[in-house]
Amino acid sequence: MLRAVFSKKGISWMDLNLSNEEVRFRDELRAWLLANVPRDWNEWREKPIEESFPYLRAWQRKLHEARWAAVSWPKEYGGRSATLMQQAIFWEEMARVEAPPMANALGLGLIGPTIIAFGTEAQKQRFIPKILSAEEIWCQGFSEPNAGSDLASLQTEARLDGGNYIVNGQKVWTSYGWVGNWCELVVRTDPNVPKHKGLTVLLVDMKSPGVEVRPLRQMTGESEFNEIFFRDVRVPVENILGQVNDGWNVAISTLMHERGAYGARLHPLFKRYINRLMELSRKFPKNGHTAAQDPLTRQKLAQCYAEIEIMRWNQLRAFSRISASGAPGPEGSIQKIFWSELNQRLQQIAQEIFGPYGQLLAGDSHAVDKGIWSYGYLRTRGNTIEAGTSEVQRSIIGHFVLGLPKSY
Amino acid sequence: MEFGLSESQQLLKDNARKFFSTECPMAEVRRLMETESAYDAALWAKITEQGYTGCMFSEEFGGVGLGKAEFILLMEEAGRALLPGPFFSTVALAGAVMDAVATPEQKKKYLAAICSGEARSTVALLEDGGVWDPARLQMSAVNGKLSGEKLFVTDAAIADWIVVVARNGVFLVDRKSPGLEILKMPGMDLTRKLYSLKLSQTPAEKLGDSNALAKAFDVATAALAAEMVGGMQRTLELTVEYAKTRKQFGKPIGSFQAVQHQCADMYLETESSRSAAYYAGWALEHDAPDATLAVSIAKMYSSDASRTVGNRGIQVHGGMGFTWESDVHLYYRRAKASETAFGDATFHRERIARLVIDEAVASAGHA
Repeated sequence: MLRAVFSKKGISWMDLNLSNEEVRFRDELRAWLLANVPRDWNEWREKPIEESFPYLRAWQRKLHEARWAAVSWPKEYGGRSATLMQQAIFWEEMARVEAPPMANALGLGLIGPTIIAFGTEAQKQRFIPKILSAEEIWCQGFSEPNAGSDLASLQTEARLDGGNYIVNGQKVWTSYGWVGNWCELVVRTDPNVPKHKGLTVLLVDMKSPGVEVRPLRQMTGESEFNEIFFRDVRVPVENILGQVNDGWNVAISTLMHERGAYGARLHPLFKRYINRLMELSRKFPKNGHTAAQDPLTRQKLAQCYAEIEIMRWNQLRAFSRISASGAPGPEGSIQKIFWSELNQRLQQIAQEIFGPYGQLLAGDSHAVDKGIWSYGYLRTRGNTIEAGTSEVQRSIIGHFVLGLPKSY
Repeated sequence: MEFGLSESQQLLKDNARKFFSTECPMAEVRRLMETESAYDAALWAKITEQGYTGCMFSEEFGGVGLGKAEFILLMEEAGRALLPGPFFSTVALAGAVMDAVATPEQKKKYLAAICSGEARSTVALLEDGGVWDPARLQMSAVNGKLSGEKLFVTDAAIADWIVVVARNGVFLVDRKSPGLEILKMPGMDLTRKLYSLKLSQTPAEKLGDSNALAKAFDVATAALAAEMVGGMQRTLELTVEYAKTRKQFGKPIGSFQAVQHQCADMYLETESSRSAAYYAGWALEHDAPDATLAVSIAKMYSSDASRTVGNRGIQVHGGMGFTWESDVHLYYRRAKASETAFGDATFHRERIARLVIDEAVASAGHA
């Protein structure tokens, strides 16, 4: 009976308003950003990343000094123990003022939390403060030329020699490799057991002799990623993260962070894209009127706008589930599929609105918004591949969420 | 901020799922869909006993006084059970319209009878042409009498009262009134029967004017979207179950990626539709500024998704999916009827475009 179910007063309801504590968190951040966000980011953002990187380091240091660099981290490690909702608020506020990104994105987002979860006390003392201050930039050595989706089949080997591991092999698609001081490296320490059971995670100093970093030129023309070669690189055993041969668990923990809360970070960004597209659609002609008046373009913009909102609501529902269960689960795969495929559709709509102008690259005076859309069109092809392909994500949903038999 | 269900909401949903699966299992759905009206008085009495008919209406009119967010959950579970009969027509549609436009005296008479389960009702809106916009209707009341034709009226044959939307207001017609003819319009959905009405000088009582109608239709549309989520959920469950048990080439077909990825997409579409329907329910309950937009997003997304989920579900079921005995097509039939009701995806995308593209222009102009 309905009345019986709801007879108790003061029950908690589905509530999409910010709580008092969330409002306090937002207001404190807003005030701080108002006083501290750099005003000249727009001049810097078009420069090559090598030039702007010191700027991004400085910005992160400033955030860190006010305890804003890693709000999700526990207080004892320099964070604010922020709830998932507070984290979402953090990224929304950062986007609202168009704040620059932080230099040590992987260290803060993925690797720091993994060190906090699996590291020894000495490792935490040694690495955590410099991740926060952007003094040491981190990169991630996971994928290899022959180990992409099938990460556990990786071949980079580490052989124990006294107090050191000797590492040989090659990693690929390493973001921040060119500027990285340290690398979270997954290696094979036991080739004689099933593939998931012989892996170990090492924390590798990128200045070690035998480490060679090469730029990897991608289809957009730039080199966001690197290849890293390891030739007889010595890594002391105290730099093992977690247990020997338990590297798969450590790596999975990092990957879960990669898929988990992205929807919340991307929502404000996508909202800005779609708002800009709607604005531009009033200027570009289409079939005898403006694109904004063209029925088909309107349909596509509306679909895209709706999906951007749904991405946020999906994320908020996932937050509530994670809060209840305590850990990000395989539902992160939904977010990953949703945002990556949506971003591709959004870029395609932009191209349809701009017509021949859509193809023009940065540097051409006719390029729309200085070429960000032609770049975005090409760059988003990578979205459904990086951080786990859409195919892998669908298999994860099939097996881990729906309980279908494993397909691989 | 919390976008999960509260304990009470979860309990309400769990109870509703148990109730519908006990009182209205698929065998009962199949029995009722073969009957004239798909209505069963005993089942209706049990639904009423649960308080479901009065869920979202004020206690002043005999309701339970819960919110639209709770009603959305009931509709979801009714949709999962493919509940036949006039629950949607009576409560989500006629009840919501009466609640929005009628006088307190009328509500005490008509809405209270809906809450208590004594009466069933529906809304007659569409005319020839099938346009959802009440401003473009032809029918007008003259001296308290209505004449003309209404189409696509759900459950009219078993409604005690029919709420008729006309150009000059919203009216209530007693089914037993003189000058009212109710004719069947056989449609794909066998569980929710459609009728046409021929009115000639039919006496009608005015409930109110059409101003508040949009809000009532938003409630009905969100409820329909939630019902569609339930249908998708059941289609997904049936399909995953089949993919686990059906073997070909010596393996369950669910171990093949081509099949697995169809199921993963069904899950993604179902969950995304659910997020949108829940948000719409919340936004309506709290009169959020984006409530109308949220309703359109929910109906737009679930209109496409419920068809796609059905397509995938039938495909994964293979030959079995094409048989009459498979339940998937029963949900698929409902999905098609619901897809067009209160505007399909194309209709709502245009409504979204007006809200986000055109109004942005208008407000920029004022600034």
